[in-house]
Amino acid sequence: MMNEQRREFIKKTALGVFVGLGAASGLVPAFSLEKTALPVWDEKPVPGKIRWGMLIDTRKCKEGCQQCVAACHHEHNVPAFKNRREEIRWIWKNSYKNVFPTADNAGASKEIQSRTFLSLCNHCADSPCTQICPTGATFKRWDGIVEIDYHRCIGCRFCMPACPYGSLSFNWQDPRTAIVDPVTAYPTREQGVVEKCNFCSDRLIKGLQPACVEVCPEQALVFGDLNDPASDIRVLLESNVTMQRKPELGTKPSVFYII
Amino acid sequence: MIEKALKGNRSYWIWTLFLGALVASGLSAYYQQRWLGLTVTGMGREASWGLYTAQFTFLVGVAASAVMVTLLHQKELTKTVIIALFMAASATLMSILFAVADMGKPDRLLNIIFYTNPRSLVFWDLLFLSGYLATTLTAGWAMLGAEKKGVPPPAWVKSLLNLSIPLAVGIFFATAFLYGGLPDLSLWVTGVLALRFIASAFAAGMALLILVTLIVKKTKGLDTGKEAREKLAMVATYAGVANVLLLGVQFFTTFYGNAPLLWFSLIAGVVSVAILLIPASRKSQQWLVAACTALVLSVWVDKSAGLLIGGELFPAPLGSIVTYAPTSTEMFVVAGIWSFGSLLFTALLKVVVAVKAEHRG
Repeated sequence: MMNEQRREFIKKTALGVFVGLGAASGLVPAFSLEKTALPVWDEKPVPGKIRWGMLIDTRKCKEGCQQCVAACHHEHNVPAFKNRREEIRWIWKNSYKNVFPTADNAGASKEIQSRTFLSLCNHCADSPCTQICPTGATFKRWDGIVEIDYHRCIGCRFCMPACPYGSLSFNWQDPRTAIVDPVTAYPTREQGVVEKCNFCSDRLIKGLQPACVEVCPEQALVFGDLNDPASDIRVLLESNVTMQRKPELGTKPSVFYII
Repeated sequence: MIEKALKGNRSYWIWTLFLGALVASGLSAYYQQRWLGLTVTGMGREASWGLYTAQFTFLVGVAASAVMVTLLHQKELTKTVIIALFMAASATLMSILFAVADMGKPDRLLNIIFYTNPRSLVFWDLLFLSGYLATTLTAGWAMLGAEKKGVPPPAWVKSLLNLSIPLAVGIFFATAFLYGGLPDLSLWVTGVLALRFIASAFAAGMALLILVTLIVKKTKGLDTGKEAREKLAMVATYAGVANVLLLGVQFFTTFYGNAPLLWFSLIAGVVSVAILLIPASRKSQQWLVAACTALVLSVWVDKSAGLLIGGELFPAPLGSIVTYAPTSTEMFVVAGIWSFGSLLFTALLKVVVAVKAEHRG
C-alpha cells in the first residue's frame, strides 16, 4: 500500500519534471515557454551556408511613409534624440545623392533625385567595421549578419569612420531617457556603446521576418537567403536591375536596391 | 631615487603645483564626462573623433620618434639617451590616457586583451604602446640607477633598448594604417600617409627633445651638449624637409588647399626647415628655439586639425559637412592629461638632474 502510493508519486513527479523540461526547452510545442521555430535549430550553424540579404524596391516605397522606421525603432528600443549630433538610427530615409553619392548622377532622372531612399546597415560580406573592432564586439555571424555585442563594446568608435555608409550610432548619453515606448523583448543599451541594425536577428530565431519587411504596406522590402537560388530575393535579383551602395569600395553589401 | 623629485627650489614647486592644479581640473572634467557620457564633448555622429584622438596621434609620433636617439647610437648623444627615453615614456603614457579618455566604456578596456581581435590595428597599436612604455621607462630608470652607483648599466638594458626599436616601428605603422585603412575617407587613403606620419613624427619629436634639453640646461644647468643638439637638429631637418615635401605635394592632389590650418602648418613647416637648413641660424640658440617651436606647432596642427579633423570633414561622409568644435570640458581633460604627462616628465628629469649633479660632485 505504502509502496503503491510511493510508486504513483514518483511516476507523477517524473512526468511533471519531464513536461516541465520539455516545455522549457520547447520540445513540447504546446507548452513551450518561449516560442522558437524549430527549423532554425534543425542543423548546426555552418559559416557561410546562409547569407541573409535584403532587396528594397524603391519604386514601391511611398514618399513620406515612415512605418518601417517606426516599427524598427520601437521594436529595438532605439532612443529618439532629436539633436542631429546625438541622433541614433537603425534605418532611415535619405536623399538619392546621400545614399548613392558615388553613383552616376547624370543618368538619374529628376524624379529619382527628388525621392528619398532607405538606408540601413549593409551587413557587408567584407565588413570594415568588424575588421577594425579591437575586441570583436562588432562581429560577423555564421549567417552573414554583422552583429554588435553591447556588453563587450568598449566605445572606441573606430567602427564609425570605418563604415562607409554611416550605419553606426554611438550612445553619447544614457539612451534610456529617450526611449518613447520601451519594449521588454529586446534589451536597451547603456551610455557609451555603439549600435546599429541587426537584420532583426532577434526576430529571425523566432521564425519571423524583419520588422521593417513585415510592416511595409507596399511590400517594398524582400528579405531572404542570398545563397539559396530558390529564394524570393534571388529570383528577384536575377530578374531585375539592382544596385548596391558604394560597390566600388569592395565591401560587398548584402542590401540591394531596385531604383 | 624617486625621493630626489621631492626636493626642489621655489620655481620647481610653483611649476609642479601649477601642473597639479591642471590635473585636478582635468579629473573633475573627466568625472563629468564619465557621469554624463561623451555628450559633454563636441563630438557627434559625423565627427566621431575630436581633440582626444588628435592628441593621441601627435603624441604617439613623438613617443616613437625618441627611438632615433637609441638608433643613432653615437657618443655625443650618451647624455641625451635617458632624457629621450623618459620623454618617450611620458608621451606614450599620455597617448594611452588620451585613447582611454576617448572611450565610451573605459572600464571595459581589458576586453582588448580578453577578446583579442588580431585583425584589428587598434589592438596592435595599443599592444605596441604598452610594450614601448614598459621598455623605455624600465631601461631609462635602470640606466639612471647604474649611473648613480657609478657602474655601467646591466646587460639586459641593451636588450630592452633593442626591443624598443621594433616596437617603435610597429607603433608608426599600426597608427598610420589605422587611419590609412578606412575605405571611405579619401583624404587618408593614401600610401603617403604612413611616410608622412613617420617624417612628421621625427621632425616634431627631435625638435621637442632639443627644446627640452635647452630648458633643462637653462633651469638646472645640466648641459647634454651642443654637439648632441646639433645631431638632433640634423635629424629634425631631414625629417622636416621630407614632411613639408610630402605635405606640400598633397596640396596639389586633394582637398588640402581649402584648409586654412593646413596652410599654416605648411608655412610654419617650410619656415622652420629653412631656418634649420641655414648653418648660421641653426647654430644660434635663439633661431634654433624658434625653428624647433615652429616645427612642433606645424606638426601638431597638421596632426590634429589637419589629419584628423580635416580628414573627417572634407570627404563629407554621406555628403554632409559637419563642423566640430571642442567644448570646455574636453579642453580641460586635454589640459589635464598633458599636465599629468608633463608632471611625470618633470619629476623624472628632476631625478636625472640630481643624479648627474651628485655624480659630478
